[in-house]
Amino acid sequence: MGFYLNKEQMNDVLRAMREDGHLKVCAPKTVKRRGKKTEEIRYGEVKDFGEIVYDKKSDYGPKELIYPISQTLLYFRGTEVEVKELDDERDMLIFARPCDINAIARLDNIFMNNGGQAEMYYARLREKARFIMIECTQSFETCFCVSMGSNKTEDYAAAVRFTEDGVYIDVKDESLKAYFEAGEEAAFKPEYVTENLKNVQVPDIPDRSYLKDIVLLDYWKQYDERCILCGGCNTTCPTCSCFDTNDITYDETSLEGERRRVWSSCMLNSYTVMAGGHGVRQSAAQNTRFKTLHKIYDYKARFGENNMCVGCGRCDMKCPKDIKFSETISGLAAEVEKLKEQRSKGGEA
Amino acid sequence: MSSLNVEIDNITLPSPHRILKIMLETVAEHTFRVEWHGTPVQHGQFFMLSIPMVGEAPISVSAQGEGYVEFTIRKVGRLTKGIFGLTEGDMIFMRGPYGNAFPIDDFKGKHLVVIAGGTGVAPVRSTLQYFYDHPDEIQSVNVIAGFKDMDAVLFKDDLKKFAEAGKFHTWWCLDNSEAPGFKKGFVTQYISEIPFKSFGEDYNIIIVGPPAMFRFAAKGCMDNGAEEEKIWVSFERKMACAVGKCGHCKINETYVCLEGPVFNYTKAKTLLD
Repeated sequence: MGFYLNKEQMNDVLRAMREDGHLKVCAPKTVKRRGKKTEEIRYGEVKDFGEIVYDKKSDYGPKELIYPISQTLLYFRGTEVEVKELDDERDMLIFARPCDINAIARLDNIFMNNGGQAEMYYARLREKARFIMIECTQSFETCFCVSMGSNKTEDYAAAVRFTEDGVYIDVKDESLKAYFEAGEEAAFKPEYVTENLKNVQVPDIPDRSYLKDIVLLDYWKQYDERCILCGGCNTTCPTCSCFDTNDITYDETSLEGERRRVWSSCMLNSYTVMAGGHGVRQSAAQNTRFKTLHKIYDYKARFGENNMCVGCGRCDMKCPKDIKFSETISGLAAEVEKLKEQRSKGGEA
Repeated sequence: MSSLNVEIDNITLPSPHRILKIMLETVAEHTFRVEWHGTPVQHGQFFMLSIPMVGEAPISVSAQGEGYVEFTIRKVGRLTKGIFGLTEGDMIFMRGPYGNAFPIDDFKGKHLVVIAGGTGVAPVRSTLQYFYDHPDEIQSVNVIAGFKDMDAVLFKDDLKKFAEAGKFHTWWCLDNSEAPGFKKGFVTQYISEIPFKSFGEDYNIIIVGPPAMFRFAAKGCMDNGAEEEKIWVSFERKMACAVGKCGHCKINETYVCLEGPVFNYTKAKTLLD
């Protein structure tokens, strides 16, 4: 069922959702960067419709609403352990683009399915989340969702098209319908982008037997020159799921403290380092190769269906050295084609 | 996702367990016997051990028995230094057991070859103990274990006991020195003394050590006629969860915590970090 609501009506909707429905409505909004004077677009609760930034790509996806950058898992008091309760028990309605909704589905595979057991800290926030899909009418500069097949999704409670003065909305979730009935009925079904400004060639790796040759490619060496191992690409990635756990104590003599989980980055050389100092990958070239294969081969090999990368292009926006992951993927595709050619020639000879 | 509205087990929640006994193996390696009445441990599995406010890490089980498990720990980092600060009667936090195990049932009735170096002996110790206790279940146990020097030798009593057991053939080696009961040289030097040809098809090989060591040892076995599908190795990787979520131990599409730490060599050789 479709509606059109103007901005004032949408503000009433947000207020009703918050006050009557006890819903936390989240969307990309402009915030001050932590410790800096500049601003960025991140996800957070919105109380005013005007806060929602819909005409720019957010610097981060909605991931942190479900999987925070840092979260306390446990409190310790001597040998007593207490599981951290949620600070906010409200259900969430999240304004998100198709690529970002697809990105959450990638995280679901890791946190809910991998190993056959769901991970509680993720699951308890995930089950609170429903999406209001932001229709993308046009692609942003670094987007390559179409190449990754993540430009579409059906997983939304409602979908919106932003206009100058308000929104068209398609409401699928019956429980949300009442909020929008003040608007006028309008036939609206969201459309999806079918073309990006950037096209990416995803490597067609026929089977695992190619991995060794791919690992040994000189192709990766360019990243030893270019990448400074800051991990910014991981931080902005809406599908990066890796974490470390850190134990902290409140003061040096205290028997009280907590275990926290913080996002980790496979681009850092410390990512595989164990006590004693041994780590298996120790260069930008190796780390880039690991990240790239994870995003466009390994994940799919394990879970089937989709590659992990959703082509949101945020890593390309973030990189301080102007490395374009989109170009890394296409470049690898060309290298893989060369390998295939070599093999077919070898086969004939 | 409203279908998830059920209580979900907190799979990374550790619980405190009492340290029953501490055995000093070397200056840097102690064995901690910890009370355990939970899920029975299979040979080759590991636990996540932690000290609150210090940290958590995967540690393999070096022995198990009625009401306890043992961990042989090398003092190398922040957590292990913390563990060395604990005494008998103290509590240590644990969760597990995790990972797969050596396929002991497939080993039964055949010859077993074990090649291990340094702390790599710890994850195979319980397998060796099993066949020491059940000699009628194995044709022979051939063990090559290497240590840096006499000061680095682990499980001295066990080594002595295994060396004297009827079904066991043992090669205890020291990298650069000789000592009573110990030969000089690396483990790979003694692989040619294992009578692979006399085993026919009925044998298995376990190799545990650093990556370079297990590749050389596997090659050594194959050079002496062993088949790679008879070789089993155990991987050691950084882990923050042990349940397939944190990503650190992932190699290609494989998670060491879930599909490992034990791998057949045919798989292990295709895992490219």
